[in-house]
Amino acid sequence: MTIQILMPALSPTMTEGNLAKWLKAEGDTVESGDVIAEIETDKATMEVEAVDEGVIGKILIEAGTENVAVNAPIAILLEEGESASDIDANASTAAPTPQAEETATETAVSTSSDTASQPPKQQEGAHVKNRDVLYAQGAVIEPPVFDEEPFMASTETQTVRVALRDAMAEEMRGDDDIYMLGEEIAEYNGAYKVTEGMLDEFGSRRVIDTPITEHGFAGLAVGSAMNGLKPIVEFMTFNFAMQAIDHIINSAAKTLYMAGGQLGCPIVFRGPNGSASRVGAQHSQCYASWYAHVPGLKVVSPWNAADAKGLLKAAIRDPNPVVFLENELMYGQSFEVPTDPDYVIPIGRAKIEREGSDVTIVALSIMVGRALEAAEKLAEQGIDAEVINLRTVRPLDRHTILESVKKTNRIVSCEEGFPFAGIGAEIAALIGEHAFDYLDAPLKRIAAADVPLPYAAGLEKLAIPQTEQIIHAAKEVCYAD
Amino acid sequence: MASTKKKTKKSNATKTISNSNPEPTLDDMKKLYEEMLLIRRFEEKAGQLYGMGLIGGFCHLYIGQEAVVTGIQSVQEEGDTVVTTYRDHAHMLAQGMTPEGVMAELTGREGGYSRGKGGSMHMFSQEKGFFGGHGIVGASTSIGTGLGFAHQYRNDGGVAVAYMGDGSANQGQVAECYNMAALWKLPVLYVIENNQYGMGTSTARHAAGQLYARGQGYGIPGEQIDGMDVFSVQNAARQALDYVRTGNGPYILEVMTYRFRGHSMSDPANYRTKEEVDGKKNEDPIIQLRNVMMDQHNVKEEDLKSIDKEIKARVKKAAEFAENSPELAPEELYTDVLIEVE
Ligand SMILES: Cc1ncc(C[n+]2csc(CCOP(=O)(O)OP(=O)(O)O)c2C)c(N)n1
Ligand SMILES: [Mg+2]
Repeated sequence: MTIQILMPALSPTMTEGNLAKWLKAEGDTVESGDVIAEIETDKATMEVEAVDEGVIGKILIEAGTENVAVNAPIAILLEEGESASDIDANASTAAPTPQAEETATETAVSTSSDTASQPPKQQEGAHVKNRDVLYAQGAVIEPPVFDEEPFMASTETQTVRVALRDAMAEEMRGDDDIYMLGEEIAEYNGAYKVTEGMLDEFGSRRVIDTPITEHGFAGLAVGSAMNGLKPIVEFMTFNFAMQAIDHIINSAAKTLYMAGGQLGCPIVFRGPNGSASRVGAQHSQCYASWYAHVPGLKVVSPWNAADAKGLLKAAIRDPNPVVFLENELMYGQSFEVPTDPDYVIPIGRAKIEREGSDVTIVALSIMVGRALEAAEKLAEQGIDAEVINLRTVRPLDRHTILESVKKTNRIVSCEEGFPFAGIGAEIAALIGEHAFDYLDAPLKRIAAADVPLPYAAGLEKLAIPQTEQIIHAAKEVCYAD
Repeated sequence: MASTKKKTKKSNATKTISNSNPEPTLDDMKKLYEEMLLIRRFEEKAGQLYGMGLIGGFCHLYIGQEAVVTGIQSVQEEGDTVVTTYRDHAHMLAQGMTPEGVMAELTGREGGYSRGKGGSMHMFSQEKGFFGGHGIVGASTSIGTGLGFAHQYRNDGGVAVAYMGDGSANQGQVAECYNMAALWKLPVLYVIENNQYGMGTSTARHAAGQLYARGQGYGIPGEQIDGMDVFSVQNAARQALDYVRTGNGPYILEVMTYRFRGHSMSDPANYRTKEEVDGKKNEDPIIQLRNVMMDQHNVKEEDLKSIDKEIKARVKKAAEFAENSPELAPEELYTDVLIEVE
């Protein structure tokens, strides 16, 4: 059978080109790799190489012809034992025409956009098998089931710091594939002492001091996760993870999808996030909305010690990449923590820290404490606030937020990050899309001032959201004086 | 031996490697020849399918560089792992991934290694020890260092082969990983495929000093070898892998090679003269090996023709599979984002 040589596309966007020159004539023998012609587009001149070998039987498009459509036959190649008389016999059995292809893709695209435009209906029941597939389509689903009460029967008082350490130690005891690496985590016991005693217990094979090379060690950790290990990467603070964000997003978050589900990346990236105290703009930023933007990541941010313990254990057990955002100012604070080693808080479930009927206050991380404080003060003024501790930022527990707003009809969001495209903006969109008719007042967002964090004490206090602002915002949405 | 015209250059030469290289048999040669030819024909076919619009986006061909991955893979051991950049088709074929699965990924179909969700630059096969296919220049070096870390952690005797281009070698993370790999004696063979250009920028314009010597400050031995001669690659890789596998830490092989085509399908490569390209084509690794087999082992033209025919048929079959494999169903858009936990 003779072979048609087609006008090639030389870039993803090329639809036609000029056949500038033939370098072979009819009757010439060609081997694969031989340059047979030159074609021009508006951008460049390129050589056309033969793929098959044979003899040029017929040139169909003369040199100098302009606007030759991609995929049009330009010559016919005779294979061994064929002659010119074989040409007409199969000139019509062409390779797929561009038209046929276009129709095919069009159908595929329109079907898929149909699916995309109709997010699945709200799911009843908390046991959902394909939760992440539904989340990806914007579904509002009841969060994973979790009954916290029984765990609180037996607790001990711990700082957030110790709760984090215990979570890691307990998980590491049971699974040799888990190891941790980061700057100053081993011999120094952690820049913020979160990894105190870890080196003593687990040794230098599993608790590893790295050089100050975030980009490199994040990539190394991702590679080791692909090759079967479960690394916990500590960033001294998340400000320095910007050096490594390429590997967090491009290498960790996208791998499972790009591998068609074949190869995952079980890894935890953890460390303090947000502002500490008077450390200035480069060391004080909340990255919650940065990571929350990325499909393929889970983003968790604990508030108290129980959160820290239960969520970090969940993060370590999760087979996906998890970004775990802590807060330095919380490390030293003490709370009651369940003693049961199976206290593992499901990722994707928010917690109602205080029930109320007048206004919903949604907060994450350190802001939860301020929101609770605000709620106490509001109660004194006759306003009954419901406080939601998000715990997980992605996937956001949209169900819990919506149910609360449907009850209170008013909402204030609180975060430490910048307001623009922040977590509050996402919550606002959620309410706008799903609870518009329930609102009795425009929602309010509490966030950091939209400026690099100042060093000066007075200005810093103004820039970071305080309890008073939450109280004020809650009163505003309640139209209370 | 095919050619020893290029002297290899070494840094940290104090760390010499003792074992010697065996003379290749004709069977060995035929295997190398088939492997390289499969890559060549596969890439030509990919170029053709790209021309027909069946492959989209970026498509980086390996034509001219075949001896590099072929030589190295031929002396790897079962259980070793490999990671590379976006110029990855050859590495997958060499690792034993099927031409069908790779080609179908190029056409974005269900039968592809990533079921069409990865494309030319992003493919993986855990089973074959191939960890991508990475589109970000420099990433493969860090990920490869991590593969090596896992081999050491599990003490499984495996070595990670981490490929990068000459352009990638300038990334900061490469230096970061050299440091960690040397510090922790990780079993990683760093392979710099120096095809003398990072897109349109020649090494003369982008790299100071010698790439093979960049491990010097960390005490990592490095060596520059002729990558157009599959035996020179094979011999150097055998010794380097032996060095790495026996607990000495990483090793850098800078393999001097050349891509005969543009950086990707849409690059006319006007930054190189025709003379330069033609000169390199005279060193075509496949033709060199073919000449050795014919001149020194009396292999006949017909024998080679029949190998060629058989490989062409394999590639043709792969292309047919890739054209006919279905596209993923629309609902698959939302799957594989995360592993579901229940
Ligand atoms: C971080 C990053 N910067 C830029 C690019 C765009 N880019 C893709 S390939 C390439 C050249 C790389 O050259 P080299 O490392 O020599 O590899 P080769 O293509 O020659 O195999 C560039 C700049 C990229 N993919 N990633
Ligand atoms: Mg290069």
